[in-house]
Amino acid sequence: MSFLSYLINGISLGSVYAIIALGYTMVYGIARMLNFAHGDVIMVGGYAAFTCSMTLGISPVLSILAAVVVCTLLGVVIETIAYRPLLEAASPLAVLITAIGVSYFLQNAVLLIFGSNPKSFQSLISIPDLKLADGALNISGETIVTIISCIVIMVVLTLFVNKTKMGQAMLAVSEDKGAAQLSGINVNGTIALTFAIGSGLAAIAGVLLCSSYPSLSPYTGAMPGIKAFVAAVFGGIGSIPGAFLGGILLGVIEIMAKGYISTQLSDAIVFGVLIIVLLVKPSGLLGKKIQEKV
Amino acid sequence: MALLEVKDIKVYYGMIQALKGVSFEVNEGEVVALIGANGAGKTTILHTITGLLHAKSGSVFYNGKEITHTPAHRIVSMGIGHVPEGRRVFSNMTVLQNLKMGAFTRKDKEEVAQTLENVYKRFPRLEERKNQRAGTLSGGEQQMLAMGRALMSRPKLIVMDEPSMGLSPIFVNEIFDIIKVVSESGTTVLLVEQNAKKALSIANRAYVLETGNVTMSGMAADLLHDEKVQKAYLGE
Repeated sequence: MSFLSYLINGISLGSVYAIIALGYTMVYGIARMLNFAHGDVIMVGGYAAFTCSMTLGISPVLSILAAVVVCTLLGVVIETIAYRPLLEAASPLAVLITAIGVSYFLQNAVLLIFGSNPKSFQSLISIPDLKLADGALNISGETIVTIISCIVIMVVLTLFVNKTKMGQAMLAVSEDKGAAQLSGINVNGTIALTFAIGSGLAAIAGVLLCSSYPSLSPYTGAMPGIKAFVAAVFGGIGSIPGAFLGGILLGVIEIMAKGYISTQLSDAIVFGVLIIVLLVKPSGLLGKKIQEKV
Repeated sequence: MALLEVKDIKVYYGMIQALKGVSFEVNEGEVVALIGANGAGKTTILHTITGLLHAKSGSVFYNGKEITHTPAHRIVSMGIGHVPEGRRVFSNMTVLQNLKMGAFTRKDKEEVAQTLENVYKRFPRLEERKNQRAGTLSGGEQQMLAMGRALMSRPKLIVMDEPSMGLSPIFVNEIFDIIKVVSESGTTVLLVEQNAKKALSIANRAYVLETGNVTMSGMAADLLHDEKVQKAYLGE
């Protein structure tokens, strides 16, 4: 029974990684940049939801919505102010370093506003636990909501990219910005939209994460952010199904490693698996082969 | 009034000046060719017209409106289509998805369907392969797709950058036949070509470019028989 319970917890944690990884992978696919501040947007989402529900006493659903709005706007602002002026820069390193700067900025801004003491985040999910097999298997409401949210987000996002004009425009921009412009696509607008979607998803991930692991500090987003980045690379960066697969697998491996091998070594095992996958398949599990055109 | 008027444009890549004051015009219904060696600035001119690059000085007028600083995605909806050098189709998208991207700025769904029909009529091979990924097409088919994609915006002026580059002789002839048909259907054509002989044989007028300057211009038929042009560009 413990295996099943580990598996479900792993899928739940993996679902959070998957939602965060979507943000990394979409932004990478379109802007060809690694947004290392993405993890901290999750944390801001957590604080936004915390402020709304705990301090202002707004209902959970509205608090989540508010967090999504805050993070979406934050994502667009970060893209416009910090990254857009550098997209044409000579070195992609300039954007990468700026992203790290934005990450520190967000952490310290929150530190300044909310202080360094971790907040105890009260779960915004009020679904009762599911008890199976005469109570031997207990699945928490948070777990159920997290897994369902991840599946819904995946389905909606896949439909959006494949069936809508804007989604197709995103694919076109990710392939060839110049040709996309010549087709009449507003490339900067599309990149901003991608940041908006990724950051909105980060807010949901933040709420789900804090509901399951109820401690919120300015550094809450850092580790899940890095893990989700690993998940995105693991699944094949730039690929939406890859982010999903990578996230779930990473979550399951992490929880299994914690359960059966060692709590301390679990992160080492996670990164070890990443290294092996990248050695065997450098573009990740579902990553596209990079074609060299002559 | 000319449909397209380029006035003394100077364009730089960083410190390097690519165009040193180029002027020319394209009248409605014409096929105008720009010929010249590698690095003469032909592609730069086209990029400046369609907004991928912007001139440091000088101006571009289209249909009487200044478009020197208009961003590329707006110029498409004003009626200029661009078939880029090297085709640049979206290789992971299907042929049909590529064509639909060409109509991105258009809101008139039924007329877009009509345009798609017309494009298929002109390029039957694209219809046969409409669900195939564009990356799996041959070079010539990709060139047709790039042209079809540009035509999907229903341009008044279509600019084409080296459409015959890297194609087999049979496809080269086919592509030039298509350009003729496009022109006869009322679309104005601005053509950049290294294959000067072919280009001059279908163009009305032509400009010869050398290192960022227009050095000659005139009726295409005259240039075709000009001794200097023959020596430098026609290999005769």
